[in-house]
Amino acid sequence: MSHPLFKVIPKEEYFLPGTPACPGCPAALGLRLLLKALGPKTVIVIPACCSSIIQGAYPRSAIKVPLINIAFAASAATASGIAEALELKGIGDANVVVWAGDGGTADIGLQGLSGAAERGHNIIYVCYDNEAYMNTGIQRSGATPYMAWTTTTPTGKREIKKDIPLIVAMHRVPYVATAALAYPQDYVMKLRKAAAKKGFKYIHLLAPCPPGWRFDSSKTIEISRLAVETGTWVLYEIEDGKFRLTGPSKGLIDKSKRKPVAEYLRTQGRFSHLSDEDMAKIQKIVDENWEWIKRWLEG
Amino acid sequence: MRLVLTGNYAAAYAAKAAKVEVVSAYPITPQTQVVEKLSEFIERGEMNARYIRVESEHSAMAACIGAAMAGARVFTATSAHGLIYMSEMLWWAAGARLPIVMGVITRAMAPPWSIWSDHCDLLSLRDIGWIIYFCENAQEVFDTIIQAYKVAENEEVLLPAMVGWDAFQTSHTAEPVDVLSPDEVSKYLPPRRPLPYVIDFERPFTHGSLCYPDRYMEFRYLMDLSMSKAKKAIVEADEEYGDLFGRKYGGVLEKYLCEDAEIAVVTMGVLSGDARYAVDILRKEGYKVGLVRLRVVRPFPSSELKKELKSKKLVCVIDRNISIGRGGILGTEIKALLKNSSANVVNVVAGIGGRDVSYEDIVNIVKRSLDLVEKGEVPEYMWYSIDKEYVVKAVGEYYEPPAL
Amino acid sequence: MESKIKFDLITPISYPGEGSAGATGSWRVFKPIIDREKCRKCLLCWLYCPEAAIRVSEENYPEIIYEYCKGCGICANECPVKAISMVEE
Repeated sequence: MSHPLFKVIPKEEYFLPGTPACPGCPAALGLRLLLKALGPKTVIVIPACCSSIIQGAYPRSAIKVPLINIAFAASAATASGIAEALELKGIGDANVVVWAGDGGTADIGLQGLSGAAERGHNIIYVCYDNEAYMNTGIQRSGATPYMAWTTTTPTGKREIKKDIPLIVAMHRVPYVATAALAYPQDYVMKLRKAAAKKGFKYIHLLAPCPPGWRFDSSKTIEISRLAVETGTWVLYEIEDGKFRLTGPSKGLIDKSKRKPVAEYLRTQGRFSHLSDEDMAKIQKIVDENWEWIKRWLEG
Repeated sequence: MRLVLTGNYAAAYAAKAAKVEVVSAYPITPQTQVVEKLSEFIERGEMNARYIRVESEHSAMAACIGAAMAGARVFTATSAHGLIYMSEMLWWAAGARLPIVMGVITRAMAPPWSIWSDHCDLLSLRDIGWIIYFCENAQEVFDTIIQAYKVAENEEVLLPAMVGWDAFQTSHTAEPVDVLSPDEVSKYLPPRRPLPYVIDFERPFTHGSLCYPDRYMEFRYLMDLSMSKAKKAIVEADEEYGDLFGRKYGGVLEKYLCEDAEIAVVTMGVLSGDARYAVDILRKEGYKVGLVRLRVVRPFPSSELKKELKSKKLVCVIDRNISIGRGGILGTEIKALLKNSSANVVNVVAGIGGRDVSYEDIVNIVKRSLDLVEKGEVPEYMWYSIDKEYVVKAVGEYYEPPAL
Repeated sequence: MESKIKFDLITPISYPGEGSAGATGSWRVFKPIIDREKCRKCLLCWLYCPEAAIRVSEENYPEIIYEYCKGCGICANECPVKAISMVEE
């Protein structure tokens, strides 16, 4: 029997259960939904990251599409090679997808990402951002937010989060979007939009990580939702240079519509050491970001 | 077709003749003309290929890996820092068993900056599962790149191959080169088969995931096994090439006046030309000397070298490289091969950082080595042409390792 | 001529299948139980399951695949009608 949901999110699974992912893993869900959105004619390139493990160990695999593992810094360039060779061989209609963590994107992989974006290969690059090196044991990355605890920032990170989607957008690529797991339809529609466009496309998915962010495995979606509702994580897309808020973020320009950031921060052990001053500073960072967004929208 | 080409242009013509489908490279002196020429070929439509103008050598090899996994025949070229920067991906290419061919224009490593040849860059990567060829001149560069595809794509081999040649002396020196057309080469080199695997949407697979100790070791064993099989493939590829096109290089070793020789000079690369001339001079002076030129470093031609060298009075290995704290890399390997023979091995490190090694130097090296053997004073290894005054000025003394 | 070499054995090739980490249901501490009386078949639990460990029946009811369900509790947490309870194993 058909279900209205299947029209948007296909029933077919390309992510097969019984994986080594942690319970409540956002990367597992993100990849599962990505494969549903893009279907079987998709090749996934995965650099070193949690998904190196989540996919299952040799000789088994949880992933029912071609999957190429590659070195940490190399995913965007490897995908470039795959995309060019497939096009040359007349298989240009396949989706060539990079599925990388924030370390492999914001830090060690940034040069390769920038190179591939500038060259404009026909690739969808998706960063699932769990805001630290989770696979190696929660070390700080360039994408770790201000004051978050990690094992290498035991008293909280002193620097603010690197804004990768905007860095990619400045390469004037045809499509850049952010996504959150609490809004799978928004995520899936963005993936499909990316697949329909030619050139380099980038999607940045916030991936709340239960062990890394220190919250119960049942709260992954709830925290993803709070990230958006508090305005900490903004859902948007930049399509052919045009910036647009999407989903619930559309209604959050007015600060009074946004929940206090503290409601998001208090759900996570990684922020448990925060003082009221720290909370206020993070609120200020979020509010300033929205001021930027307001100015963009006003042109 | 006979053209006057530098070693670098010869490489580009070879990639074209081999019908390479994807080129991914990053510029570095002294490699640039290789990729400039390939860009011209591709942009003018003379090659049905894509050129991925990557932002680094690490990405160059990553893109080669991606393209090879998608079934393309791929080529790249680099040198020195570029080679070392991509070294992580070189391990990946070998472990993934992809028949990629890469030109390596050997150049000394910084600091201090140097753009001239020695072989430290290439030989530092001798243990990672790439076939390593080394050429003496532009013609051999052309012929060897085509042969390297034949070997790398051999189903019993399936390992990537580096083809080395010396900075400037080979890369930028023009000489007449007999260039084969893609049609001629297609008689020798058929299109790449999808081996060992190619991305297939009908039959999805995962490549390279986490492998536990209960299986990893077999993958390395199989690489080692394939590398040992590569030797036969190299010899056959050279023979077949010779039969079709009239040029062959002795497979893994090239020998010159070795049959009756009591002294063997062992070299690799462009120095071999001077060494051949030095052999002629020494012969005229009555020395029974021959030359063994290594054409392949991996797989190491152990049995061939042993057979050739074991009964020589003197084996003089001239290494254009230095394993700091150990000696010349080829000398060390050859000494290990000959340890139970009567041959005396003198290992001379020379030509580092592009320092000229003339035929007179080689004559000198052979005569001095012979003296040391006769006196029974053969050191582990020696440096040739070190300015001892400078060393004393720098560190107050000079003793070890000895400099000839 | 057929080659004697098995090319997917000389290289680290894995093929897809369920249970890449075994029967991961054994990891579970709390077990989700769906109350069909309460279930409105919205399938949010299916949608949000990070393990793909919920299948959809012919009548569009969600069914937990206990062999693989790790008991993360997202389904129970997200169920809008609280039709899923987490019961200690």
